[in-house]
Amino acid sequence: MVQEPVREARTVMSESDIQRVLTRIAHEILEANRGVEDLILLGIPRRGVPLANRLAQKLAEIEPEYVVQERTGQLDITLYRDDLARAESRIPATTMIPPAGVDNTVVVLVDDVLYSGRTIRAALDALADIGRPRTVRLAVLVDRGHRQLPLRADYVGKNLPTASTERVMVQLAEIDGADADYTSDQVQIVDVMD
Amino acid sequence: MRHLLATRNLSYDNAMAILDTAQEMATVSDRSIKKLPTLRGQTVVNLFFEDSTRTRTSFEAAAKRLSADVLNFAVKTSSVSKGESLKDTVQTLEAIGGDAIVMRHWASGAAQQLANFGWSSSAVINAGDGTHEHPTQALLDAFTLRDRIHGQHASGKDLEGLHIVVVGDILHSRVARSNVWLLHTLGAKVTLSGPPTLMPVGVTTWPVEINYDLDALLAEQPDAIMMLRVQAERMSGDFFPSAAEYTRGWGLTNDRYKRIEGCNTLIMHPGPMNRGLEISAAAADSAQNTALEQVANGVSVRMAVLYLLLAGQPGQ
Amino acid sequence: MNITYLITGGTTPDGVQTDIALDADGLIAELGQGLMAQGAVVIDATDKIVLPGLVDLHTHLREPGNNDAETVETGTRAAAKGGFTAVHAMANSNPVADTAGVVEQVYSLGKQAGWTDVHPVGAVTVGLAGERLAELSAMHDSAANVTMFSDDGICVWDPVLMRRALEYVKSFDGFIAQHAQEPRLTEGAQMNESALSSELGLTGWPAVAEESIIARDVLLAQHVDSRVHICHVSTAGSVELIRWAKSQGINVTAEVTPHHLLLTEDYVKTYDPVYKVNPPLRKDSDVHALRQGLADGTIDTVGTDHAPHTEETKQCEWVVAAMGMTGLETALPVIQHTMVDTGLLSWHDVARVMSANPARIYRHSDQGQLTKTGGLVQGAVANIAVYDPTHTFVVNPAEHDSKSANSPYKNMELSGQVTDVFYRGHQVVADARMTTPFHHSR
Repeated sequence: MVQEPVREARTVMSESDIQRVLTRIAHEILEANRGVEDLILLGIPRRGVPLANRLAQKLAEIEPEYVVQERTGQLDITLYRDDLARAESRIPATTMIPPAGVDNTVVVLVDDVLYSGRTIRAALDALADIGRPRTVRLAVLVDRGHRQLPLRADYVGKNLPTASTERVMVQLAEIDGADADYTSDQVQIVDVMD
Repeated sequence: MRHLLATRNLSYDNAMAILDTAQEMATVSDRSIKKLPTLRGQTVVNLFFEDSTRTRTSFEAAAKRLSADVLNFAVKTSSVSKGESLKDTVQTLEAIGGDAIVMRHWASGAAQQLANFGWSSSAVINAGDGTHEHPTQALLDAFTLRDRIHGQHASGKDLEGLHIVVVGDILHSRVARSNVWLLHTLGAKVTLSGPPTLMPVGVTTWPVEINYDLDALLAEQPDAIMMLRVQAERMSGDFFPSAAEYTRGWGLTNDRYKRIEGCNTLIMHPGPMNRGLEISAAAADSAQNTALEQVANGVSVRMAVLYLLLAGQPGQ
Repeated sequence: MNITYLITGGTTPDGVQTDIALDADGLIAELGQGLMAQGAVVIDATDKIVLPGLVDLHTHLREPGNNDAETVETGTRAAAKGGFTAVHAMANSNPVADTAGVVEQVYSLGKQAGWTDVHPVGAVTVGLAGERLAELSAMHDSAANVTMFSDDGICVWDPVLMRRALEYVKSFDGFIAQHAQEPRLTEGAQMNESALSSELGLTGWPAVAEESIIARDVLLAQHVDSRVHICHVSTAGSVELIRWAKSQGINVTAEVTPHHLLLTEDYVKTYDPVYKVNPPLRKDSDVHALRQGLADGTIDTVGTDHAPHTEETKQCEWVVAAMGMTGLETALPVIQHTMVDTGLLSWHDVARVMSANPARIYRHSDQGQLTKTGGLVQGAVANIAVYDPTHTFVVNPAEHDSKSANSPYKNMELSGQVTDVFYRGHQVVADARMTTPFHHSR
């Protein structure tokens, strides 16, 4: 076997960068929505869920009438994926919808990385089976391009031009904190060329 | 997992994956749109060599909730009236094109033969084979137990520390076999009870305890008591003298039920129940009886199995 | 002397390396080193074992009635390929071999085929129904000269009928070969009754169902002073009972099949009906007791119970599949593997249990002749099998001469190949290939 020189992972967002953009996105959401009325955040597992929770905390700090527990949930898309036959079947994650439901609300879907757009397509299908929101918006930490569907994000933490041979790795304490190689929240780009 | 043939060789991880997936599938049944697009374009064949409206309907509902197409294929043969062979039947179905075959068969081992003899390229789900196994029944029983005991927080939990008593015709029961292996895998303690004539030879080598004294077992307040159905053809006198004597010894009579009423002991039954024989009317209608939940959970568990076998490439 | 064949350099069961000359009368003309013969076909048997032709007391040739599975022609070809020069065709054909007419038919089909001797076994009871005795004397007095009677496949269950049969055959020194299976204890039985049968959900065939009949029948044989032969002994308990019976001087002989010496019930876990057989495959402890019994003489002979079945009766659900497995072509390699390579039997012993003993049980004078030390007998009918114990192969039932492919040894690696067979002085197998049949004059 030929030893490939291992390329250093490049850190493109630090923990403070992530905090900063989440604060900005929170403000952008409030501005676009003119407040928190009818607003619901749904994180897409896995890393969209802690991001949605962090955004919800920030919303609540700015607008105390936003009650995190009643306005935040998670939306699993595993059973709506269009590439099921090509990947190993995964145990679906839990879908948790706020008790009042999503009908006539403004749902902001939250995910970590926007790439082909297929995850969001699946999320829209999953959401449609649960109820009928008035508006659906999309917030992502990173948009790395390479869209395969006509979709775009409403709120973007960072636009990150990438090659398709690269992988964007997001580390968040809530998900990755227990891993041995976790040091702090960050976004990295890793070369995955074989 | 390529097939689901038995619980005997089902790993702990795969069993838990099925239960945890079923947990999510169950939420679909609570929504107004009880349908997922997951298996769109896939075909599930219900191949039934033995009548079982309950099991067939449950698999059919599961497949349809996952948007699979369902073909029902009933074959009227038996070990007595031989007709078209299993091999020929299956190869006919292969030509029609199915992705999974859910098979109920009167012959022990038929599902394993179907999966292993190169007769079919479909995923095979054993929906009951002779007196061998009925794995989805055991999985839905385990799911029901877990749900009753852990509720919403059941995901990821096994049955460690529970004591389950299985009562009745162990010898001829595929449900009992599948339950013994699965409950053991999930960490529960299993005790078998019933007339000694209906205990299989070599049962002492199984991971179970045997106690013929049902009253003593009830006094221990087990977490669940699983009453097996007594088949009419066993009552001819070969295995026990009379139905009345069976009920006196191993039926969940009113008297016995009163002793566990209000306790945490769940009453389970794979259905359909013979009221007045293995279970009294009061016990059958008790809030401790999980029979109807078992039916509902059956759909979720079968959705989970279909999903895990069909969504995803084998061997990856 | 007109020597037709000269087998050189082979080792006979007594361990002696010798040349063997066969003459035009089909007899062993001469034994000794350095034999020469002008014009004879020379077969180099160096490093090979030269055995007396094997004798199988337990063969199903399926003809008449089930020619799709086997015929006398194909079954005896398979026998010759396996080194046999005599087979005994069980009576469960259709029609059943329960009259002089049927046994003569089978006997003459065997002569026409010309690959081995074919001795029909007569049914004990009419139609194998276990209700009344078949015409045993008529079958004995027929051209087939039957002395062995069996309802094999079904037990002669009625103790009175069994007693009468044992008594009746005394008039012509015949014997009853019992398929020991208590019928009520084995209703619907599918495999050995054990923890495994319970796990697999298959109805059990308990050892007691075999042992109780053997116990009864050895006592009956003792009581009426007759000869009983126990077919396909399959359990450790049966070996013990027969050992006891022999110690009491009871006139009992017993047979074991190659498959019961090698295979265990564990194969049933596959639900592949190729492993379905009656009596069923048992446990490891039974296999060892059977090997021990064959080694110490408790069990007299190896009978193949060659039971060919068509594909459609085997490629189906286990519970409706036919019982039985082919065995003629693999018998000797399996015996080598289980008994010789394990040090339990010498080649002299193999010659005894697969040739001399079965011939003695049937009272054949032209088969299985062996000197006291295990040598071939000068002047004896030249029934000879030349065997190369070093040849290693993977069993492929499709290559078998038997019409059926239900060999449980499929894909198994075994050692040993019958390279040459002489049947009544005529070479029917050369270089492991069939040549031409022997033509019976008459």
